[in-house]
Amino acid sequence: MAVANEMGAITKAFSGFGVDEKSLITVLGKWHPEQTKSFRKASQFFIQDERLFERWIDKHVEQLKIEFLRFKSAVVLWTMHPWERDARLIKDAVIDGQKSTNVIVEIACTRSCDDLFGARKAYHSLFDRSIEEDVAYNTPGIERMLLIALVSSYRYEGPRFHEDSAKSEAKTLCTAIKDAGDKNPMDDQEVVRILSTRSKPHLKAVFKHYKEISGKNIDEDLVADSSLKHTVQCLSTPHTYFIKVLDAAMNPVADENTKEGLTRVLVTRADVDMKLIAEEYHKQNGVELAQKIEQMVKGNFKEFLLTLLARGDQLKK
Amino acid sequence: MATLTIPSSVPSPTEDSEQLRKAFAGWGTNEGLIIEILAHRNAAQRKLIRQTYAETYGEDLLEELHKELSSDFERIVLLWTLDPAERDAFLANEATKRLTASNWVIMEIACTRSSHDLFMVRQAYHARYKKSLEEDVAYHTTGDFRKLLVPLVSSFRYEGDEVNMTLAKSEAKILHETISDKAYTHEELIRILTTRSKAQLNATLNHYNNVFGNAINKDLKTDPKDEYLILLRATIKCLTCPEKYFEKVLRLAINKQGTDEWALTRVVATRAEVDMQRIKENYHRRNSVPLDRAVSGDTSGDYEKMLLALIGCGDA
Repeated sequence: MAVANEMGAITKAFSGFGVDEKSLITVLGKWHPEQTKSFRKASQFFIQDERLFERWIDKHVEQLKIEFLRFKSAVVLWTMHPWERDARLIKDAVIDGQKSTNVIVEIACTRSCDDLFGARKAYHSLFDRSIEEDVAYNTPGIERMLLIALVSSYRYEGPRFHEDSAKSEAKTLCTAIKDAGDKNPMDDQEVVRILSTRSKPHLKAVFKHYKEISGKNIDEDLVADSSLKHTVQCLSTPHTYFIKVLDAAMNPVADENTKEGLTRVLVTRADVDMKLIAEEYHKQNGVELAQKIEQMVKGNFKEFLLTLLARGDQLKK
Repeated sequence: MATLTIPSSVPSPTEDSEQLRKAFAGWGTNEGLIIEILAHRNAAQRKLIRQTYAETYGEDLLEELHKELSSDFERIVLLWTLDPAERDAFLANEATKRLTASNWVIMEIACTRSSHDLFMVRQAYHARYKKSLEEDVAYHTTGDFRKLLVPLVSSFRYEGDEVNMTLAKSEAKILHETISDKAYTHEELIRILTTRSKAQLNATLNHYNNVFGNAINKDLKTDPKDEYLILLRATIKCLTCPEKYFEKVLRLAINKQGTDEWALTRVVATRAEVDMQRIKENYHRRNSVPLDRAVSGDTSGDYEKMLLALIGCGDA
């Protein structure tokens, strides 16, 4: 391999999602000291120190650490019992604060009632606190009521519901959202009640009636990126929601928090509905999810994700 | 401590079922036999009897009891025979359909059961009513009551003894501030009362008392007629000293003109296997008369006999 190619390869190996372990072993491991020095001089990861040596830029080393660890984090998360996994994800989200409330909403709305309850039990064991006390304490203001209600829900899972009730609740939601004025619909007791206590089949009917009344899907009528919008997306079209998370994660300018969405979705949905999500992804984006991962992600981390993705094809639910 | 007494040698569920069948047979019912059996079996044993009865005679024991018995006696026998989780689900569902006075029942169940038992109630509610407990409570309550009751029934409090004293201090302060501002439905007040573990709450409220000079319930007595405040004080009592709360419910039920049988039945049926002994002791201490004498003085017939059997008097 020509030197310039090699330098490009190593730069690439260090960049983006995950780390290309193979190239690092086969190329970097074989360089003579002069080659490595040339690399350091040319690379944006290094800076010329006043004492005349090329020094790693700290933030790049930090980033590298994170990228090297991505495979390990995915593996550990994957191996965990789903209850421990969700409990730990929620704990991390609670610590992260505002920017991770969508993770709490995601888990509360997309798990079965027994799995969500399992996470609450695991949370007791792991952290000696209840989920609701931590979420409540760390969620100020308007979002608190909704978030606590969501993590505390134990929704009925049978198919029965009342059509009339669904119709009138659709109307209530429509009024609350469209005639909100200055008031934030998340502050509306009825909105919280309907979204956090009704069963998913009931809500499906509610959303259907909502579209008939409003002409639009409920999430289209909501301001971008609020917990309320995420709630509604997770409850009505979870696959679309997960695709958004994946796309945001694989965006080249994504921050660390957003990037974690890739691992989280693949690990938590691999044995649930990853196949459907991938199909939806293809339909929506015109490219296979596997291809996109192949393109954006590297090394062992990539291989692991692709393996998780492929499970969907083998397992029949 | 429970007041339920079980004979040292318990007949098999088959024998019990047979005896119960005999009690129903022919004209009239042998109420004494029903009490003798059911009032002296614990939840696991009662469950087996129901199963065996259904397998042997192809009928639901509860349906039979409903057919054969009536009035207050029927209600207490039916409630008693149910599995604790089913019983609580039944009581909660009944409460959501009644008027606001039944907010008490919902609060009582949410606050005096263990976290695990409250979860079992939620499961039993799904099975029996094809809805979730919180959806019915939310739907049938409004405003301040909903703000308090829905988080209460949905809680899954941590059950350990660990207490964070720094947090207790800061939250006692928050409680004091919101109460001084008369902001009784303030989200912080609701948050603390509906999410903290019972141990943590106890520490917080003790600290409140130590630092601010009054027990929190004293400070919440500003308007004795305010329904919400009454419920709030009862909530705090249920969370911290349930035996005192139940003593009061019994006292009011018995002293009431004509007796509040539903309250009396509810407390006895739901606590006989839990902490009725402590409640009895509290009752005696507070009223200078033993509970069984008060109950006897206020009730009669088979209803009285059943109550006495459950609170640990009468035949074993």
